[in-house]
Amino acid sequence: MAKILMKGNEAVAEAAIRAGCRLYFAYPITPQSELIEYMARMMPKVNGTFLQAESEVSAINMVYGAAGCGKRVMTSSSSPGVSLKMEGISYIAGAQLPAVIINVQRGGPGLGDIQPAQGDYFQATKGGGHGDYRLIVLAPASVQEFADMASEAFELADKYRNPVMILADGMLGQMMEPVEFKAPKTDEEIAELWKQHKDWCIQPNEDGDAKHHHEINSLEIDPLMLEKHVNKIYAKYAEIEKNEIRYEEYNISDDNEILCVAWGTASRIVKSAINELKKAGKSIGLIRPINVWPYPYEAVAKAIGPKVKQVYVFELNTGQMLDDVKIGVNGKVPVKFWGKVGGVVFTPAEIQAKLEECF
Amino acid sequence: MEIIATRPETLTKTPFTYCPGCLHGVAHRLIAEAIQEEGLINSMCGVAPVGCSVFAYKFFNFDMAEAAHGRAPAVATGMKRARPEMHVFTYQGDGDLAAIGTAEIVHAANRGEKISVFFVNNAIYGMTGGQMAPTTLPDMKTTTSPYGRNTDDIGFPIRVCELLDTLVAPYYIERVSLLSPAEIIKAKKAVSKAIKYNKEGRGFTFIEFVSTCPTNWGVDPVKSRDWAKENMLPFFKPGLFRDKGEGV
Ligand SMILES: Cc1ncc(C[n+]2csc(CCOP(=O)(O)OP(=O)(O)O)c2C)c(N)n1
Ligand code: SF4
Ligand SMILES: [Mg+2]
Repeated sequence: MAKILMKGNEAVAEAAIRAGCRLYFAYPITPQSELIEYMARMMPKVNGTFLQAESEVSAINMVYGAAGCGKRVMTSSSSPGVSLKMEGISYIAGAQLPAVIINVQRGGPGLGDIQPAQGDYFQATKGGGHGDYRLIVLAPASVQEFADMASEAFELADKYRNPVMILADGMLGQMMEPVEFKAPKTDEEIAELWKQHKDWCIQPNEDGDAKHHHEINSLEIDPLMLEKHVNKIYAKYAEIEKNEIRYEEYNISDDNEILCVAWGTASRIVKSAINELKKAGKSIGLIRPINVWPYPYEAVAKAIGPKVKQVYVFELNTGQMLDDVKIGVNGKVPVKFWGKVGGVVFTPAEIQAKLEECF
Repeated sequence: MEIIATRPETLTKTPFTYCPGCLHGVAHRLIAEAIQEEGLINSMCGVAPVGCSVFAYKFFNFDMAEAAHGRAPAVATGMKRARPEMHVFTYQGDGDLAAIGTAEIVHAANRGEKISVFFVNNAIYGMTGGQMAPTTLPDMKTTTSPYGRNTDDIGFPIRVCELLDTLVAPYYIERVSLLSPAEIIKAKKAVSKAIKYNKEGRGFTFIEFVSTCPTNWGVDPVKSRDWAKENMLPFFKPGLFRDKGEGV
């Protein structure tokens, strides 16, 4: 298929529909509005449900209800709205439902601004909602990757019966880049997808089985039962940590004197700086976590080559992934951080200058 | 021997966990009977709230979801949209529906979601031990209004049927009482109508039950009903607000 020039927000919406998403509930917020508007236009054309909810709280609870019926369902928002979804995300994780949530991050805290930022890393990867649960978090760095992650997110959600977040930012949402889409799933393929959940989801009792009684629930009032339930979910998370670590290695070699770690939009800017410095004969590697939970701790450790004297983390926040990098590096070499906040995006020249200071 | 009354198949064999004299069990029974009578056991699903009826998902013998506090109408919306071939209801208390879940119920009603909502108004937060509800009556004492509900400070009880009756979309709205056998028989008729309309996909149907909480009101079941008749019914007047099926 030919490539189409598209905004990230629209590309991910199109890709989600192609992946078999037929239910979408959301509340408008900048900088993700093109996403909800695309869904409003396109969902009726595939006989899907588009519903503008009264709040993000309602939208995520609609997702809970639809996911409880075993169907591919998605919601999207930006930082302040995602905070409101956290209650529902905890319930979705507790009830072990498959659902996809997109966060097109903007500057925070509070109402913040509407420019690109990466300040929701802690919220997405370390909790956000209450209780012991984990979100699978995918962090795209291009419009193509943002679109590709829609189907990946649904596959992971279905496979593990767990909420999956695509953690993008206003830059990826607003920017136009060429995208190539996968062929859309046919109605028959979508019907097959729904069937994989028939053992537990809410559905008509077609054979009139007297024992049929499915419960969508996160309540276990008996502490010993809840302990068992959480342990079961954590056994699943151990599987995810084993199977779903994804990262990109860029310019990694034994000649590296600095190892950079950056994710999403920030990683692209770091790459430009690395390329510039390469021309000047300086060897710098980059690890870009593609999934930020589960996190590629070992990949970070392994990428520290014999000559690396500094690990440098660049983020569009005050240093949130930094903690994970430190866990990976485990004291082997010093870890430095530099970032910009408030929706201000650093330039390749600024990163280059920071890196040059290390030589 | 002829069996003249038995547990409807729409209820599981799990015994209710309600206090003696609590009317949640009566409300469950009416809903279960109506679902059975309309032959919907295999296509019905429900949403339990957070409140004393939190375990309703164990009591109804078909697929059930347990929602976060107040969010049942949003969860039911997601279910109905995902499975339009199914019939969906929520069961909610007054704290759940008229305080934390006010936005969800108003907007589900305003969209005319094709679901039924059963609302049990006992003027108190039963489950958490008797705190003030949005429906607590003026001067009524609760653990968080120990000197009586001061309307200058915290306002008046919310009349949910009246509030929803200002909206265009709802199809059927009625307030019934569970305070005497005669009123329970009347309530059953309203519940049956809501379930029938639900079966026919007519639109949003809403039944409010005026109920009691003997435990947290600190009175025995009989006195609680007398108190409710005297104090609740004048404020929460039973009656039909809207029935588009009958042109009302
Ligand atoms: C988000 C959240 N806030 C508070 C609670 C605590 N809580 C549980 S039940 C309840 C009140 C329920 O009262 P009501 O809806 O009137 O039901 P009843 O028990 O009277 O039937 C509250 C406040 C909770 N579970 N979740
Ligand atoms: S506390 Fe009140 S509402 Fe709850 S079960 Fe007991 S009597 Fe019923
Ligand atoms: Mg109550």
